[in-house]
Amino acid sequence: MTNNDRPLSPHLSIYRWPVTMASSILHRGTGLALAIGFIVFVGWLFDAAMGPDTYAAFTGFMGSGTGILLLVGWSYAFFYHFCNGIRHLVWDSGRGLGKRASTTSGWLVIILSIVVTALFWLVVS
Amino acid sequence: MSLRSPLGRVLGLGSAKHGTAHWWGQRVSAVALACLGLWFVVAIISLPGFGHAEVVAFISHPVNALLLMLLSVAMGYHSWLGVQVIIEDYVHAHVLRLVLLFLSRFAHIFLGVAAVFAILKIGLGT
Repeated sequence: MTNNDRPLSPHLSIYRWPVTMASSILHRGTGLALAIGFIVFVGWLFDAAMGPDTYAAFTGFMGSGTGILLLVGWSYAFFYHFCNGIRHLVWDSGRGLGKRASTTSGWLVIILSIVVTALFWLVVS
Repeated sequence: MSLRSPLGRVLGLGSAKHGTAHWWGQRVSAVALACLGLWFVVAIISLPGFGHAEVVAFISHPVNALLLMLLSVAMGYHSWLGVQVIIEDYVHAHVLRLVLLFLSRFAHIFLGVAAVFAILKIGLGT
């Protein structure tokens, strides 16, 4: 006997995304992106230790269009994960868990992370 | 009906109290990373350039070297805990899940040690 004909229970695609859901998924996504960014961070340190030639190869790629795009992505991931991480720590203290407070803080974190990323690149470049 | 074992009831100790270790480790490293991450962003902004000489001068300063090592270790630990949860949530095939958990742990330890080694090498100037 197969179960193939049975209707599936509603899944992700059927719901309107509340900001709390989006911010939660984004937290995990940016966390995973940062785990990959950790490899590049260590590569930066290690290539600097290897010497000027190896380091030049690293900055050569990271200074290219693709490299800059990746760095912008990682900086956004960092600032989002940073801001939303603080939101999580506030939640852990038992504060701000209500429907309205968590929706407001969700939007705040999303907007703030974009603004801070833009400011960072304005200052650094 | 109590679910506690007769021995547990007699001793009155409950669990081994290690159940929250993962959760706490994630929070403690998160607080550490909030401070170290903020420092790193400020350090990157105030770096005069990203050439080899400037970066080596930055890393070899004792305070920067120390904070960079702490940042690398905290980042590796926090990342390891996070990736572990992601693997446990989405990979259900037993063998693959085990292999990925092994690989993730090895990779994080490898990267953490590599970072500390690189910083020491630059800092000690050998």
